[in-house]
Amino acid sequence: MSRYSIEELAGIARTVRADIVRMTAAAGSGHPGGSLSAVELMTALYFGVMNHRPQEPKWPDRDRFILSKGHACPLLYSVMARAGYFPVAELTTLRKFGSCLQGHPSSQALPALEVSSGSLGQGLSIANGLALTAKMNGQGFRVYCLLGDGELQEGQVWEAVMSAAHYKLDNVCALVDYNGLQIDGDVEKVMGLAPLAEKWRAFNWHTVEIDGHDYAQVLAAYEEAANTKGGPTVIVARTVKGKGVSFMENAAGWHGKAPSEDELRRALEQIYGEGLGQ
Amino acid sequence: MSAKMLPTRDGYGYGLLELGAANPAVVVLDADLAKSTRSDWFAARFPERFFDMGIAEQDMIGTAAGLALGGKIPFATTYGVFVAGRAWDQIRTTVCYANLNVKIAGNHGGISVGADGATHQALEDIALMRVLPNMKVIVPCDAVEAKKATVAAAAAHGPCFLRFAREATPVFTEEGDEFAIGRAITLRAGTDATIIACGPIVHEALLAHEALKAQGIAARVVNMHTVKPLDEAAVLRAAAETGAIVTAEEHQIYGGLGGAVAEVLVRNSPVPVAMVGIRDTFGESGTPEELAVRYGLTVGDIAAAVVEVLGRKRG
Repeated sequence: MSRYSIEELAGIARTVRADIVRMTAAAGSGHPGGSLSAVELMTALYFGVMNHRPQEPKWPDRDRFILSKGHACPLLYSVMARAGYFPVAELTTLRKFGSCLQGHPSSQALPALEVSSGSLGQGLSIANGLALTAKMNGQGFRVYCLLGDGELQEGQVWEAVMSAAHYKLDNVCALVDYNGLQIDGDVEKVMGLAPLAEKWRAFNWHTVEIDGHDYAQVLAAYEEAANTKGGPTVIVARTVKGKGVSFMENAAGWHGKAPSEDELRRALEQIYGEGLGQ
Repeated sequence: MSAKMLPTRDGYGYGLLELGAANPAVVVLDADLAKSTRSDWFAARFPERFFDMGIAEQDMIGTAAGLALGGKIPFATTYGVFVAGRAWDQIRTTVCYANLNVKIAGNHGGISVGADGATHQALEDIALMRVLPNMKVIVPCDAVEAKKATVAAAAAHGPCFLRFAREATPVFTEEGDEFAIGRAITLRAGTDATIIACGPIVHEALLAHEALKAQGIAARVVNMHTVKPLDEAAVLRAAAETGAIVTAEEHQIYGGLGGAVAEVLVRNSPVPVAMVGIRDTFGESGTPEELAVRYGLTVGDIAAAVVEVLGRKRG
């Protein structure tokens, strides 16, 4: 079902992880931790699952993707560039004055984006609105929305969760990047979410729990979502914040900090194995 | 002056019905207030295009944004306090920042909401909305103008906030009167001073004009239905030709129509200004008449403001 094999996806993931650390280092700021944790989810989506045309970003029948956790835009920008939406060379302009790659996604700066985001909790409502349009127009496109776990503390998210179930939006697939950390520390210590999957089930969502770094599970979950009719599906993906870079893994401090030159070098060595890969 | 009495929210209801019939892209959302906001008229006629989002205004705005992205023209409807207040970030960051074609109807604008009291009387909504880039802010003066404003909003691309009122107020404009977003309407000529007003209080401004005429004062009356984009030319003409301005609105005197007019004058052509409005306080329960007296929004208050500002006029 995926256009790329798992091996190929893993290769793309390496490239995307390298992009994330390079981009944030070049910018001197940005959000590597929460970008690295969702790499498998996003690469599987853009390269394996989503029905889209990078050369035709506004193709009317395209599947839509909403990055509700807007600060993870280094991940989205990398995936879009590698998919062919815009030149890879743009990536190192992240957060710079005049760049189309704003610090949080701006559809005005980068028209290939569906919408702007960055203020948490808003993306799922937008996804629902798009899904309603598809139902009204008899269109078959699906709408994917990536949320952070800390983000689920925003009440608006649960309004949208109620609404999607109420309106039986089986063309909506929510993804939760459940990396367990937020700016102020462990999610469970700041404002506990557990039991999380049960909450979604209680709101009448079909809920799939997976290891968010296991491509076989990720791809199977997307397929299960597509085959589930009558209501929306959420993929609650257990992930590691900062995944792929040992000194960033499970460290809350790497939510919104850019790597130094030395840290970048060490990160790239880990991502590629030995020496500086492509 | 005996006139037909209708609330401006009825004008919204009629406007939606006209739009629903003419434009299949128009959809309407509400947050459990459809029976009050008149969006239920649209819901009854076009049920497949109406979405009650429940008591969830932030979600309503986000959903409206998604509908707009999908090519619909959504009218997100609820009380002004709830949408302009509670959902302000959603309007700012999801709608205005991306310049989406979302129309927001803020009902129960002003203190004339009455018995519900302060929690439901939107007195800050004009200020909250006009400070947002890409937002248009329209405050119709009667039900006839309210219908035109609703229809015009659908045709104008981009975010738009429309303010409607609960109470039945005089209908004093005609179907045939031209309405264009951003173009103020001079209702009465005058050269001594100008009353610039928006919303149902425009009718009180007309009565004030009559009262002042009896005192030998010729006060121009301008219906500034569009607070943003403000008809700056009309404001500057009033300053140049009458030399003294009174603004009148059922809204705080900070940041609403008064503020918008003052900003233009101070930058270009400072003249004395008096503002009739809510003086930095919350409202309370009461009848619209009792509240107008208590909070300084009557014909007498407008006329007194004109007399006062004339005293500060140069030359």
